[in-house]
Amino acid sequence: MTSGPPAARTDSYYGRPIIKAPSWAPHDIAGYFFLGGLAGAGSVLAAGAHLTGRPTTAKALKVSSLAAVSLSAAALIHDLGRPSRFPNMLRVFKPTSPMSMGSWLLSAYGPAAGAAALTSVTGLLPRAGASATAAAAVLGPVLATYTAVLAADTAVPAWHGAHRELPYLFAASATAAASGMALVTGPLRENTPARYGAVVAAVGEDAALRAAERRLGSVAVTYREGRAGRLMRAARALTAAGTAGAVLFGHRSRTAAATAGIALLAGSVCTRFGVFAAGIASAEDPAHTVGPQREAVARRTTLSQ
Amino acid sequence: MRDDLFSGPEPDPARDAGHQDAPERVGFFTDTSVCIGCKACEVACKEWNAIPEDGMSLTGMSYDNTGGLGASTWRHVAFVEQPVPAGRTELPVVEPDTRAEGEAADSGMRWLMSSDVCKHCTHAACLDVCPTGSLFRTEFGTVVVQEDICNGCGVCVPACPYGVIEQRPTDGRAFKCTLCYDRLGAGQEPACAKACPTESIQFGPLDELRERAALRVDQLHEAGVTEARLYGHAPDNGVGGDGAFFLLLDEPEVYGLPPDPVVTTRDLGAMWRHAGLAALSLAAGAALSFALPALTRTKGPR
Ligand code: SF4
Ligand code: SF4
Repeated sequence: MTSGPPAARTDSYYGRPIIKAPSWAPHDIAGYFFLGGLAGAGSVLAAGAHLTGRPTTAKALKVSSLAAVSLSAAALIHDLGRPSRFPNMLRVFKPTSPMSMGSWLLSAYGPAAGAAALTSVTGLLPRAGASATAAAAVLGPVLATYTAVLAADTAVPAWHGAHRELPYLFAASATAAASGMALVTGPLRENTPARYGAVVAAVGEDAALRAAERRLGSVAVTYREGRAGRLMRAARALTAAGTAGAVLFGHRSRTAAATAGIALLAGSVCTRFGVFAAGIASAEDPAHTVGPQREAVARRTTLSQ
Repeated sequence: MRDDLFSGPEPDPARDAGHQDAPERVGFFTDTSVCIGCKACEVACKEWNAIPEDGMSLTGMSYDNTGGLGASTWRHVAFVEQPVPAGRTELPVVEPDTRAEGEAADSGMRWLMSSDVCKHCTHAACLDVCPTGSLFRTEFGTVVVQEDICNGCGVCVPACPYGVIEQRPTDGRAFKCTLCYDRLGAGQEPACAKACPTESIQFGPLDELRERAALRVDQLHEAGVTEARLYGHAPDNGVGGDGAFFLLLDEPEVYGLPPDPVVTTRDLGAMWRHAGLAALSLAAGAALSFALPALTRTKGPR
């Protein structure tokens, strides 16, 4: 920061941002993105493990999904300006509001995940447990991807500009996290699908991020520089290391599988916090609001000529 | 322009929102060419709406120590100091004073002053994304937050393409201009328009204001102020036309306004579609992860 008055400029009003960045705390909302992904994708893998006779993994993932969704709801409520008014989220059913849809989704998914976990741990009501597992597996993927709409349905350039790609990035990152959890908690003889899952996730995440950056043009620097850049680089390294570790050693050593799983989980955390930080950076720099809008105007003028 | 619920021209937002016998849609036309930067609007707004103090700092930004719109600033007067563009800039506001004119020309600088406010968008992103129904469309076609319903989720804040609405740090809830909903109900004009001594802020039925604004631009162009332009008036712009629009003397970004704002909800269909496809691909990826090992195992040892 330089001292003295801000200089007059022609590209902005004293360099001040045009839009307002969300005042969300990163650990609450980026944490919410991560936990929702871990829970949602975890329910899918849990159902797969349940169906294919991998009981230890199935049980562990059901429990982790319940824990993750509970924590994610807590994070969401904690971030409200008026936490006591959380019930107002269910005051209306509003498809134009991703936050409203998400609240309804949470209130349907949460009990399903809870029932799946409780029946699995206690061994009671196996049939009800199976249906709860199935319900959580159907709602889980939506829980994992709707948060991308929550972020993209704003004026934040790095999020809205990537509104087509962000859901796939979140889906892949959620798969990575859930595969990581399966590798940490599952015995060796059960972990082959988790190792495949890690590969699918790593490939998908890389492709989605590349596509997003291509689409974003000049705004893509917000994913490469500063805090977001560091987080995204860490995410890439952790996901790559975790995937390689899972594929090469995950079926041989319990320690190797768990380490790879932790790396995958950490990679998913970094991706969500990185996306969050990129959004904030893009909102705070007026150039990222003005630049793409100027380009849109120019495109329209050349089109109409 | 697409013609749908979420973007494009929308002749009657109040009726569309369910107000059966809605009165005429009202709004603001802020003619910045006659603004003298007195900030009477800022003060009147704070007073009438009992908005708390929100900082007494000096910004170093010309005479603007307010900074920008926010939870506790619903009118904001911007001060831009810039070199006089080539050609004439004197505005036909008062009888020319030859001596003063000479001095102004010598300084080589001009001030642009503009009173900013919530645009009361035809397609308001803040309203679209609000999960509680706290933000709503009034019978006057304006957009208002209900303080007793807002739970401070904060999603309206980044949704606004103009950076208007904000959560009050001490309170958590979101606040913004109500276009003096209480005064409108009593047949009064908003406090800022009432206080403005130069009629830079004009209040009235939106259609009438649009006509008046078009005449004013013509008048200024004839007087040689070629840089005069309207901002936010067009019903086919990215937010379906602003309920509060402006006459500016330079590019919008110079005043801190976005050059081509778009209501984010325009792309909501695409977003949900991609989220759905992404959810399916997540499920497919998981299915693959279970199927592949099973297949490779039946096909022989790995
Ligand atoms: S300017 Fe922003 S706060 Fe005002 S109505 Fe439009 S979207 Fe809402
Ligand atoms: S902060 Fe309040 S007004 Fe804004 S979206 Fe949330 S509930 Fe609605």
